[in-house]
Amino acid sequence: MKMPEPDVAILGKRADIIDALRGIVPGEGVISSDEELRAYESDGLSAYRQVPLVVALPSTTNEVSRILRYCHEHGIKVVPRGAGTGLSGGAMPIADAVLLGLGKFNRILDVNYRNRTARVQPGVTNLAISTAVRDDGFYYAPDPSSQIACTIGGNVAENSGGVHCLKYGLTTNNILGLEVVLINGDVVRVGGEYLDTDGYDVLGLMTGSEGLLGVITEVTVRILRAPETAAAVLVGFPTNEDAGRCVAAVIGAGIIPAGMEMMDRPAIHAADDFVHAGYPRDVEALLIVELDGPPVEVSLLIERVHAIAEAHNAVSTRISDSEEERLRFWSGRKAAFPAVGRISPDYYVMDGTIPRKELAHVLGRMREMSEEYGLQVANVFHAGDGNLHPLILYDANVPGELERAEAFGGAILKLCVDVGGVLSGEHGIGLEKRDLMDVQFTETDLNQQQRIKCAFDADSLLNPGKVFPRLHRCAEMGRMHIHRGQVPFPDLPRF
Amino acid sequence: MGATFEPSTESDIVDVVQWCIAEEAPIDVIGAGTKRGLGRPVRAERTLDTSRLAGVERYEPEELFMTAKPATRLAEVEDLLAAKGQQLAFEPPDYGPLLGTPAAEGTLGGAIACNLSGPRRVKAGAARDHLLGANVVTGRGEAVKFGGIVVKNVTGYDVCKLLCGSFGTLAVMTALHVKVLPAPESETTLLVMGLDDMAGTAAIADAMGTPNDVSGAAHLPAELACLSAVETVARAGGSVSCLRLDGIPQSIAYRVERLRQEMRTLGDMALLDADDSRALWREVRDVSAFARPSDGAVWRICVPPDAAADVVARIKTRVRTQAYYDWAGGLIWLRTEAADVFGGDAVRDAVGDRGHATLIRADAAVRDATPVFQPQPPALKALTERIKSSFDPRHILNPGRMYAGV
Repeated sequence: MKMPEPDVAILGKRADIIDALRGIVPGEGVISSDEELRAYESDGLSAYRQVPLVVALPSTTNEVSRILRYCHEHGIKVVPRGAGTGLSGGAMPIADAVLLGLGKFNRILDVNYRNRTARVQPGVTNLAISTAVRDDGFYYAPDPSSQIACTIGGNVAENSGGVHCLKYGLTTNNILGLEVVLINGDVVRVGGEYLDTDGYDVLGLMTGSEGLLGVITEVTVRILRAPETAAAVLVGFPTNEDAGRCVAAVIGAGIIPAGMEMMDRPAIHAADDFVHAGYPRDVEALLIVELDGPPVEVSLLIERVHAIAEAHNAVSTRISDSEEERLRFWSGRKAAFPAVGRISPDYYVMDGTIPRKELAHVLGRMREMSEEYGLQVANVFHAGDGNLHPLILYDANVPGELERAEAFGGAILKLCVDVGGVLSGEHGIGLEKRDLMDVQFTETDLNQQQRIKCAFDADSLLNPGKVFPRLHRCAEMGRMHIHRGQVPFPDLPRF
Repeated sequence: MGATFEPSTESDIVDVVQWCIAEEAPIDVIGAGTKRGLGRPVRAERTLDTSRLAGVERYEPEELFMTAKPATRLAEVEDLLAAKGQQLAFEPPDYGPLLGTPAAEGTLGGAIACNLSGPRRVKAGAARDHLLGANVVTGRGEAVKFGGIVVKNVTGYDVCKLLCGSFGTLAVMTALHVKVLPAPESETTLLVMGLDDMAGTAAIADAMGTPNDVSGAAHLPAELACLSAVETVARAGGSVSCLRLDGIPQSIAYRVERLRQEMRTLGDMALLDADDSRALWREVRDVSAFARPSDGAVWRICVPPDAAADVVARIKTRVRTQAYYDWAGGLIWLRTEAADVFGGDAVRDAVGDRGHATLIRADAAVRDATPVFQPQPPALKALTERIKSSFDPRHILNPGRMYAGV
């Protein structure tokens, strides 16, 4: 993956930059030794590595503002980073850029149960928010699998999902306000402890913007009262087609489950071998459907789902009869990635979304491609919302396998777009899928997105080289061809 | 009033906008025109009427999405969805009568452009949470697309969010992909009688914090409850706090009992049947209480629920007003009683930095002379201007509709 050539002038001023940052962030907040910088050389996409110019770890909004203002004035690039768990290389360092770590922003500032809000700093982990309000019966709904480690600031940057977003929405549907520092050091607040922002929805735009538009220094999230109870049903199918049709039928029956997850045969076996979840092993597809709410509603809907599954050729169905059993059903799904890690030296996680009805077709094509590329693939799938996570198995020590895995992954994502889906459901474009953006968007589409970037960061200093396949100068993007006198109609009503 | 363009295709719109750019001629972009009274008056001699871009192009109930052209009537969309047991979960309101235009004429594009959501917003999110993708023509005269037809999508910036609530100042919509959801099988509303504003907003906000899955939470003071067409509400003889429960009937029955238990010390209670419940929430949604008489300025104020009663009390010390609360207290609808008093300073001072207030109904002269939307601090204002220019550098589309100079 090609990054822009580092700016030699910036590299040459490294010592000055470190001094200036030390003037802003006291004590150990600036990391410059080669040894310590190594710890930051990649995020969750470890195939790509780059040691940063320097790491700054501010702990106040004022420090972030002064760092950005300094970098803006001196033309220095900045890469923001939360916990570094992202899977698309969005927080991968750049050789001539300051890596801005938000880990010291780790406090929960305020919880208001009447308003159902919590104001937190961006370095607080996703799970810590739910933990802080759990004893009072509340939780924060989006639950990405990395929730123990990933931070809310990173969740906002990537618009993270999780297994429950089918019913409860993504990050963007569960946050109410942000404090953002722009690259020129300006601090803006958008939204707050109320519904609906005023003016342009900068809150919504920032969510999922992958660190390209601003640095988040505070997040106001909506918290929800936990449902009274939850139960899950585990269903095995003889074919992927049957499972896919069952998913459509559940939704067609007007049921939006709290979660609806699917695994294919290789994933079922890997997961069951690893955590002994008690999955049926002689099936091609496994569905976990979770319902939550009042007990009467849950038992009624579980019965309806059960009946729909039976009508779609289910060969095995089990309804959880205790909280332990429900959690055991989930244990295999939640451990699917590490489980696959046990059966292969390396694996590459993909993240496309497709219309649900294309599921069987896409899985079928993936099996054919698996043979073409000579690499195995296991599938876990947020079936309810069409988000696929194919895990491509490879061995980085075998020359050419990583490249083949990447090519296979690219082909899968192109397939997703071909059937009406998108390149990324929840992991982001980052560095990884940057060069595939042309598959989904035209040059004109991408240029408009980059003009939005220019409105926030005219010198392209924030996380450059990510998301967009080509870097353009903002002045060039802003030019407009005006067809005075050439537009093919006069000043008259037409059409 | 100058010429009106009535394009019927995306490429026609590209031609119109490019012509406007070349002639430096700003243009007023409308659908059915039912929301022209919202926002600041646009100073443009020409109108771009999109009403020929109407019709549902694709509807796949099992995929939970539909694609429609922007001028498709909401009423048409809702009928189509209802036939499959589905709905637009953000419960788009019909402000026609409130703004002095006919009822049931509003379009999907209008609801999206103004980001208008009804009572279910507290549970299901706003219009902006239901726009999955869009095709538009920007103020640069370029046809571009954002988002897609699937719910989970982080491919590029979420430009759909910017489009919602941009009042046509960034781009002209040509196709909208929206998320649809199953409609509840039934509904009822639990009423708690006689609470003052402070206790009523607290009660409805706290109800949202129970596991009873409340899908509408409003508080109507006595002077407005008595105007309701729903008899149980009108005859309550005092204020009415309203909590909607919907879903499958067995679940509703269970949750009604739970809520009754939780609220038993607060006051007398009553239960509405499904028809009355629907009628009541339509009134709450459409701000029917302020549609007639049609004089007096109307404000829409978003604040934290625990600040709502205080905000209203402060305004009332300075201006004679009526107000009710939706969104568990998070949305205040407020009408000034005198035709010539719009209460700008009183409202803005009371809200402060706790939320934002929008002047929804006032004479064009008032909307021209005073900020309709919450005034922005300098850094945000500058950012707003840059975002506008990134889509529409010559300020062709609805200039000044939201803010002077944008």
